[in-house]
Amino acid sequence: MLADVPPRPPVRPHYQRPLINTPFFERSRLLIETDSYVPWSGYSTPDVYSSVEQEYFAIRNAASLFDLTPMIKYRIAGPDAERYLNRLVTRDVSRLKVDCVAYTVWCNEFGHLIDDGTVFRFGTDEFRLCTAERQLDWLLDSAIGFDVLVEEVTEQIAALALQGPTSCAVLKALGLAGVETLKVFQLRQFRFANQPLMVSRTGFTGDLGYELWIAPEGALALWDGLMAAGATRGIRAIGYRAVEMARIEAGFILPNVDFISAAHTIRLNRETTPFEMGLDWVVALDKGHFNGRRALLEEKARGSRRRLLGIEIAGNKPAHNALVYDRHKGLRQVGEVRSALWSPTCKRNIALAMIEAPYFETLRQFWVDIYLHRELMWERRMERAWPVDRPFFAPQRRKATPALDR
Amino acid sequence: MTHRVDHLIVGAGHNGLACAIELARRGRSVLVLEAADRVGGAAVTREFASGFKVSAAAHLLHGLSEQRVRDLDLEKHGLRFSARRMATVALNESGPPVVFSNGAVRGVSSQDAAEFARFSRRMSRFARLLARVNDTLPFRVSFASWRDRIDALKLALRIRTLGRSDMRQLLRIAAMNAYDLVSDSFDSNLMKGTLGFDATLGAEHGARAPGTVLTLLHRWAGQVDSGALGIAQPAGGMGALTQAMARAAESAGARIRTGARVQRILVQGDRAAGVVLDSGETVEAGSVISNADPKTTFLDLLSREHLDTDFVRRVSRFRSKGLVAKLHLALDGLPGFNGVEATALGSRLLVSPCLDYLELAFNPSKYREVPARPALEITVPTVNDPGLAPAGRHVMSIHVMFVPYDLGADPVGARARLLNNVLETLERYSPGLSKRIIDSELLTPADLEREFRISGGHWHHGALALDQFFITRPVPGATRYATPLPGLYLCGAGCHPGGGVMAVAGRNAALKVIAGGA
Repeated sequence: MLADVPPRPPVRPHYQRPLINTPFFERSRLLIETDSYVPWSGYSTPDVYSSVEQEYFAIRNAASLFDLTPMIKYRIAGPDAERYLNRLVTRDVSRLKVDCVAYTVWCNEFGHLIDDGTVFRFGTDEFRLCTAERQLDWLLDSAIGFDVLVEEVTEQIAALALQGPTSCAVLKALGLAGVETLKVFQLRQFRFANQPLMVSRTGFTGDLGYELWIAPEGALALWDGLMAAGATRGIRAIGYRAVEMARIEAGFILPNVDFISAAHTIRLNRETTPFEMGLDWVVALDKGHFNGRRALLEEKARGSRRRLLGIEIAGNKPAHNALVYDRHKGLRQVGEVRSALWSPTCKRNIALAMIEAPYFETLRQFWVDIYLHRELMWERRMERAWPVDRPFFAPQRRKATPALDR
Repeated sequence: MTHRVDHLIVGAGHNGLACAIELARRGRSVLVLEAADRVGGAAVTREFASGFKVSAAAHLLHGLSEQRVRDLDLEKHGLRFSARRMATVALNESGPPVVFSNGAVRGVSSQDAAEFARFSRRMSRFARLLARVNDTLPFRVSFASWRDRIDALKLALRIRTLGRSDMRQLLRIAAMNAYDLVSDSFDSNLMKGTLGFDATLGAEHGARAPGTVLTLLHRWAGQVDSGALGIAQPAGGMGALTQAMARAAESAGARIRTGARVQRILVQGDRAAGVVLDSGETVEAGSVISNADPKTTFLDLLSREHLDTDFVRRVSRFRSKGLVAKLHLALDGLPGFNGVEATALGSRLLVSPCLDYLELAFNPSKYREVPARPALEITVPTVNDPGLAPAGRHVMSIHVMFVPYDLGADPVGARARLLNNVLETLERYSPGLSKRIIDSELLTPADLEREFRISGGHWHHGALALDQFFITRPVPGATRYATPLPGLYLCGAGCHPGGGVMAVAGRNAALKVIAGGA
């Protein structure tokens, strides 16, 4: 009998308690002033410690420490691991070198986005896939016919994002010699407090920064070590909302904000393709077949239905969820804003807006209908907007190697 | 060694051969590769005991249309029938049987007989509609083109033009279970048992499962379509049919090679480009048409990286485990059955005395057990076709319903129990039969899988059920014979309109290959 549906692992005990704490909870609970924890993939994580602005400026001006543990992590290993991943994701994994990381997306058969994430390569046959959402079912069904092991390892790894201009200096002070030579999207194995510590030069802020991966037993020691090493370098624990600001400046997209996973859409045409997200650069159409390739080729030939554009908007009022029109009078809706921010660093009113065809190509100016809720009263502003390049903020220090380490 | 042909057909089952005939007649170069040493797939005649031959899997034609026999020129290529319009005899353990023949029923109350006439007329009207659907290319539920919408509207219109009363009745019963429909209509247990049997033969559930009316209609459609052939038996067994088809294919210009097992389908530049044989030999082709079942085609012959996860996921969940076993008996003389005249022994004989019997026979299969009192479809092919056995001797060919693919922890014991239970049941209807048995052969679904290379051992390549039917058969993405991989087509029973030796899927597939497109 041929391959049956692969067996599923036993159910994780999440259902017994609605949310669990990360290994860093013992530290975050001492620092958090607002008690504003938010749910994230079954974990409870800080939204804001004290003030979003202070936390945001720690990312841009010093060093910030963000608990990344709830990010979903899968171990993918075995002789077919590379073939498996190459069929799963849109990028060419065969070109990903050992000890390197790649950002990628993956699609279903219609070329509709399921999720985005990062692939870490530890060896010829050993990978980690970090995703926004749990999708073991999809990953296991993708494994039918491949000699590959797919297992969720989220709980087995505690992770921290250390981001900001002084982050490299903090790591050096922690004792990670040579970390400044790590290039963007590279990873390296270190030892800390007699434990393996993996450091990757990756992040979600668009700044100089690192992500640190350690077994849960070493979590608190790592946190304490970083806080001590960063004490004179402006380190600050930050919550989710500060990261959200930084990621918009960096022009990164967020699932369920900038696009909806095809696994969740109910209504027709709510799905999104990589081309629509402006992610042409992660789609390796020439690498052979992968999930969604035939549909994406068709889209390439036919043209996309819409496209995510970085736009700048006049004024200083963030255009949250605003509708986008072609004229000031609001005659024809041509799109909507997905993510919006008054950028404190750029001093620009920026947004990611999904614009319908053909307007994403034909229009050089839009009008954005901004609603402001001020002391219980709605006010409305029609502001001029225009397309700009992404990322909105790209400091030279992000990619400079050796990294800024003072 | 490398050759090149226009169309390469994997498997010389009756659908593969029908497809080959249609393509070769249009001047295409066609090569059919068959793993076994003879053509025919699951429609073959072979020896099972010294001197005794039998149709090893399928043993009756239920829905081969006369028109198709003419179209394929099969009589010119040697096809003869040893029996046409065979009656169905519902065996009675102690008393006269109920006989279904030429659309009428005998051996029941006049009320039941009259009701059957009404029931039969209505079912035939629905079946005619279904028979036309069987011949058409299923529209895509995604409505990818206007053509799909038009086809869907046409179907809706056909249902509407049945008239208000028939339309309502069709929509009411289409997804219903046969148990309720039949119980509502008739009194005679034997009659109800027979209709329930026909609703579940080759399906995956008992007669109480929703959708079994559809399988009954499907069988009825085959009958309506078959015209004057009705339930028929080819002279020389089912193998004679496929032999005639092979000759027809060859005379049309197709080449057939047996003993040539395809190891994998070759893909070049995201297109099926040929096959590699077990021998290492490569055959290049403009398109590859697979008569193998969907699971074998997509999960075994094709490397998985050429298909999307969604599609593989659907294929791997295609329900394809057989639920019917086959028993062959070599007998030292003509068997008798209680209440059945010798002249009726060439009929299709059923052991399904009532609906509850059928349901009780089904229940154990859910728990990987064999039935204690199995439901049976029995033929004695040597009555109509004495050449299948030595003079004076006979062959009995039996479909045993509700035998699970997975026989649990002790398959050897289960086989022994099954054989014992079947023989015990037979003994009740045909006292003394056990003493006449010279030799026997039992093929469980797992054996059928091995012998005929059908994943799961299901003769229809996959259960005929509401969700694996017409516009969703075998799975979305391959419902129109074309598959997600350009240049690769399906033509077997796993496709619309499904199994039964009708050769419709093969013909439809050929037309689709010629028309091209998705």
